[in-house]
Parts: sequence; structure tokens; C-alpha cells
Amino acid sequence: MSKSVNMMKSLTLSTAILALSAGLALADDPAPSRDGGFGLGRAALPEEIAAWDIDIRPDGQGLPVGSGDVYTGEELYIDYCSACHGDFGEAVGRWPVLAGGYGTLDGDDPHKTIGSYWPYLSTVWDYVHRAMPYGAAQSLSDDEVYAITAYLLYLNDMVDDDFELSNENFLEVPLRNEDAFFMDDRATTELTVFSGEPCMENCAESVSITANAMVLNVTPETAVEAVAPTPASAPVEEEAAVEEPAATEAVAEAEAPAGPDPALVAQGEGLWRQCASCHQIGEGAVNRTGPMLNATYGAPVGSHDGFRYSPAFAEANAAGMIWDDETLTAYLMDPRGFLPGNRMAFRGLRSEEEAAAMIAYMRAEGGDAE
Amino acid sequence: MTDTPKFTQSRRQFLAGAAVATGAAATGKLVHAQAASPDPAITELQPWQQYLGPGVDNAPYGVPSPHEAHVIRRNVEWLTADTVSSINFTPLHELEGIITPNGLCFERHHSGVADIPWADHRLMINGLVDTPMVFTMDDLMRFPRENRTYFLECAANTGMEWRGAQLNGVQFTHGMIHNVVYTGVPLRLLLEEAGVQTNGTWLLAEGADASGMTRSIPMEKALDDCLVATHMNGERLRAEQGYPVRLVVPGWEGNMWVKWLRRIEVGDMPWHHREETSKYTDLLADGQARRFTWEMDAKSVITNPSPQAPITHGPGPTVLTGVAWSGRGTIPRVDVTLDGGINWHRARMSGPSLDKSMHRFYFEFEWDGRPLLLQSRAHDSTGYVQPTKDQLRAVRGVNSIYHNNGIQTWAINEGGQAENVEVG
Repeated sequence: MSKSVNMMKSLTLSTAILALSAGLALADDPAPSRDGGFGLGRAALPEEIAAWDIDIRPDGQGLPVGSGDVYTGEELYIDYCSACHGDFGEAVGRWPVLAGGYGTLDGDDPHKTIGSYWPYLSTVWDYVHRAMPYGAAQSLSDDEVYAITAYLLYLNDMVDDDFELSNENFLEVPLRNEDAFFMDDRATTELTVFSGEPCMENCAESVSITANAMVLNVTPETAVEAVAPTPASAPVEEEAAVEEPAATEAVAEAEAPAGPDPALVAQGEGLWRQCASCHQIGEGAVNRTGPMLNATYGAPVGSHDGFRYSPAFAEANAAGMIWDDETLTAYLMDPRGFLPGNRMAFRGLRSEEEAAAMIAYMRAEGGDAE
Repeated sequence: MTDTPKFTQSRRQFLAGAAVATGAAATGKLVHAQAASPDPAITELQPWQQYLGPGVDNAPYGVPSPHEAHVIRRNVEWLTADTVSSINFTPLHELEGIITPNGLCFERHHSGVADIPWADHRLMINGLVDTPMVFTMDDLMRFPRENRTYFLECAANTGMEWRGAQLNGVQFTHGMIHNVVYTGVPLRLLLEEAGVQTNGTWLLAEGADASGMTRSIPMEKALDDCLVATHMNGERLRAEQGYPVRLVVPGWEGNMWVKWLRRIEVGDMPWHHREETSKYTDLLADGQARRFTWEMDAKSVITNPSPQAPITHGPGPTVLTGVAWSGRGTIPRVDVTLDGGINWHRARMSGPSLDKSMHRFYFEFEWDGRPLLLQSRAHDSTGYVQPTKDQLRAVRGVNSIYHNNGIQTWAINEGGQAENVEVG
């Protein structure tokens, strides 16, 4: 350690000398070490390390004991992943594509998927476990993560449909593209090539435009609103293609109906953050990962047009279930228990009070059916 | 296109330039414009001259002038599926100097902004250390700390331009960058507190947000200049920049600057997690991919004029300005061209020149009203010179997404409007 500290000191010194020679006063004394440490902080307990140290490495370090098969993975995948990633890993909209793309990496339109690009299976397990399902991270059990990982291998034609993945056979499944990665080589391939005194005068016979951004017309229109002021002396009025500044419309505050308790609505608004990554509510709300929730209170379960509900929701709809205080409270507190097999990746609110706040917020935001 | 004369770089140049300008200038006297009638902005009593304005505490935390309401970060909606895992862009064309105001620093989140109270945050160090440790934020504030100014650039900055000019605005082509004074504890001191074991050659930095962002960092870098930062530009970190604590990895790609930093694990090999395999690796034309392309290559861009900031004053004295930076040192020099690279001029550097920080350059010239092709070219303190986009493509192809530091061209027409173009 002392060696690197010394190296650090000499680096800092040379920076200071450079700065001084440029006529710049730079106070740059490094923060000092203390022999034996500062005695700050405390030792981490084993339970605390176990709770947070969830990372997995390519050599298998960190993998928990467990297993899951392709069939189980398919069911979980349809419930928790397909809304964004598509039934076959082909992706919806601009969400990540997870399957296919083999042989495309050296072409004009490379598809970087688990099967075509990712070097290590451990990365899949680690990421699904730590960050998925989106909006309900770390809610899957270890066995569920093994099952989803197995299904992703199946979607990428790497295992048969009777395959079961476990900590025992995990390292026996190399991904296709592992050997295509190499360490950054810019130091030898670019830095010297791009160094040296460049041409300053008469560097080309002529120069012409070869590509224009305006032809594509993909830039947000508000980009040009800063052009507004036109000075009296401006000689040119052509090219008046400058858009009028798009009025920065204040987000319309939904007026709360007379009934709901404002404090309850405010509490619900805070809780809504847990929902907002998948659901929209209020003016302009549209279906996203989850259905938009306008006109939901008082309406039949699973009745918003254009949203592909799970079979569980379709059954509840057919049975005539209506979203009211009772059903919403039960659902919001235990989504998976109340309607087993539904696709909402949310563990549930913690209390009836939170559910009441959420319902008050949803109703205030336009959640009442006509 | 003939070269446009620039003004007063030196007295000699000034005299030579003045001789070919107007007759009046030859005598050393400039003829200023005359107003046809008195300016009502002067002759009429304005409301702010007469009536009282708001008192102190009207805005306990001050906000920009309402006349600057257009100066905001902006998103490109079609780029990503959802704003929760997305990016917005710093309005470089509205800024001067080298420091980015906190509220204009671009945002990149993978699972939205984590909302963590100062008192509830913990930083753990575990793995190959003598004593796995837990620190509260108050513990961190008792370690010696340093103040350092660094740019943070997303590796994907300018990534939409690999196949040609696409987005028409410097905010969108180059706005995934900000430059901030950080206050933080050297990561070295925290690692010393835990006692790194001799086989500890890598560390994993992990965020507390719902994406659990992770990146592998070599120990050499961690001990060299990484900071565990609590403050930006004098105040505690903004929530969207990682409140209460983020990692600062000077000169290296922004994705490694883990926000909401909750854990550092010491290990003996890299973890190859999602953000360093599936993402943030650079796919080359032959299908091979570079990994661990950490350093940000030297880069510059002209911020004014640019598509969002056209020349509105017509011919005459014109100020060109821009910013430059390098992940490998300082920027002692920037060249600019007005003719697409036939002739180049040394720009004037102004402001602090700090290691791995943004630099500001200017080039003042006399615009004759004819079309221009503007470019800037950064030189960093290692001797590296910013390449053209075609030079980069010759090495990397067009599929690498990340680390596009090629020279940017703005075409200025007779009306002063600017467009993102490529030249050849």
C-alpha cells in the first residue's frame, strides 16, 4: 500500500508543478492517511454482508444453491418479463432484445443479445437477480432466477426444453461470444496514430458537405426555441423555419374532488412512485408495462382497451369483479395472493392505511370510472 | 471559400486586418451604428424602475431568472423505452465557463432516481479486506476530504452520430457531459481503513438504487484518484446525481461513477457484470469487441454558434466558443477552422486548466456573412489530437456506440442558422 501512496504523491506533485508553470495557483495537498487507520466506521456483521453481497462472477463465485427448469422459467418469464421483452425475447418497443441475433455482430445491423453477444451466463443470473423484474428488483427467489435463466438459454437455442439449470451445472454452459472480447487496445491502435502536429494550412483542396442532420428530422423540436430573439439589425429573415417556442405548459394539476382527505392523497402520491415505472394516471396517461389507470375505480377488473391482461385478470373480468375499496385494498396489499398468476411485478403495499392512501390518490388523479 | 479575418489576436494582426476592412477603420476610428429614434427601453420609465420587487426569502433556495426558463435539460424521447431508464442532456449551448450548474447536469438513470435519506444510507466495504466495514454518512464526513474539478462524460455521448450527422443540436450530440467541483474522501483512505489484502486487485462498486448498478474497477485506479464524493459545486449531491454519495472515477466513462454508492467489494478478478459486457463494450466492424475501454479520449465541440444557438446578429464581430476535455490530462490547445478543415487557427483558452476537467476556448472573428463550416480540434497534454469521425470509423467501424470523440462540424448558412453536418 505504501508504494502506491508514494506514487500518488509524485503524481500530485507533478500536477502541481505543471499548474504553477501555467501561472495557476492550485492548492493541492492530498488528504493524509493515518497510520493504523482513523478508527471510523464499524466492522460489518456477517448477516449484513450476506444481505448485500449478492454479486456473481464468471467463475461461479456467489452463486447460491438452487435450480430451475425451462418450463418453470417460461411461466415466470411470461408473467414477469414478456410485457417488455416479448414472448420470445424479441422485445416490445425499445426494451432490450434478449434472444436471437447470432451471426449479426459483423454486419450492418448487429443484434446484441444474450445468445449473440453476452460473454458470460453469470452476468444473466446476476442481473436478473439484482435488477429484475423491472420495478420489483430482488423479488424473485433463487430458484426462480435459475428457472428464468434456463428459459433464456432455451430462447437462445442453447439448451433443450427439458433442461434444468442449477449451481451444479452452471459452469458447463458457456455462451457463444465469450472469446470475441479483448482488452482495450487503444494505447497501441489509436493513441500514437492520432498524436503529432496536425496540418494547419491548406490541408485540403476543397471541402463539401456529405451528410445533413436536418434531413433526418429526428431532433426534438424544442431544440430551436432558444432562437426567439430577433435583433433589429438582423439582415436575414429567410430560413424562418424556426419554430415558435413551444409554450412550457405547466403540468396541469388535477383538481382533487371535494371528498378525499388531502393528506391521504399526498401520502398516496408518495407511494405512487412505486407504481410509476409501469403505470400512468391522469391526463394523457397511456398503457405502458402496466395498463393506464384512469377510470379504474368502479370499473370491471381488466377492462382497459388495448392492454394485454393475464389470464388471471381475464377470468376476474369474466366473473364480474369490480375494482372497489375492498378489491383494490386486497389487491394492492397482496397482488400475487389476491389474483394468482397475474403479471404485476409488485410485492404489495405494507398496510391498509397505505392502500387507502393509494386509492385516494388514484381517485384524485382521475381514477374514477364514469 | 477564403479565410475570414479574425480580430485582435495581436496588435500586428489587428493592424493588418484593419487595413483591409473599412476606410474608417484605417484611421483607427470605428463608425458605430446610429439610432433613427430614441430607444424606449431608455426613454420610457420601466416597471422595475418604479415598483418594488420581491424581498429577501422570496425564494429561500434561489432559482434562475424566469427569463432563462428555456435553459433546461432535455430528453430525446425516441432514444429509450421509458424515462425511468433513460438519459437527458446538458444544454451546453447555454453555458459559459467550465462549471456546469447542478440543476443542469445531465441525468442517466437505470431504475429512476433513488430517494435515500442521509441518515439511512450505509457504505459497506467487504471482500478481500482485513476488516469488512460499514460507514454511515456522518462517519464519512470525519475522514479527510479533497476538492477536485472533473468532467463526467457518458461513454455514449455522441453515440447517435456514428453513422452520420443525426441530431441537430449540441445539447443532443454532446450534452451527456458535466463538469463539477467535487468534495469527497479519497477512496484510498476508506480502503486503508478496511485493509486491502495483497491479492485484492479489483473492486466492485455497487449502487443502492433498484438497478443495483455495478462496475468493476482496477485497484490501481481506486488507489490513485477515485473519490467517494458527498458534495458537488459546494452543496450536497443532487438526488439525481447520487445523493448522498457517489463514486468519482476521474477521466473514466461516466457509467463507472456509481451513484447512491452503497458497497465496495474487493476481489481478485473483474466481475464482468451487465454494464461491462452487454453494455459499455465497443463492438468493432469484425464482430470482435473491446472491453474495459475506461478512459475518455480527448474531445472538443463548438457550443456557439451551433444549431440551437445560431448567429442572430448578421455580419461583423462574432464570438465563437466551445469546450474541450480529456480523460488523460489537460487541454493545452484547441484549433478551430471556419472552412471545414482547410485552414486552422489556434483558439484562445480561457479559465482554469485542470487535469481531467472541462476547458473553455474562444475564437473571435469578423464574419463576412458567407457560409461557414465550423470545427474544433482538441490537443491533450499527452500529445493526442482529436481525430476526425472518418479516422475513427477507419479503426472502429460504425457499430461501437460508445466513445465517439470525432471532430464535429456545424454548417452556418448566410442567415446564421447552424446545422449538424459531416464533410468530406
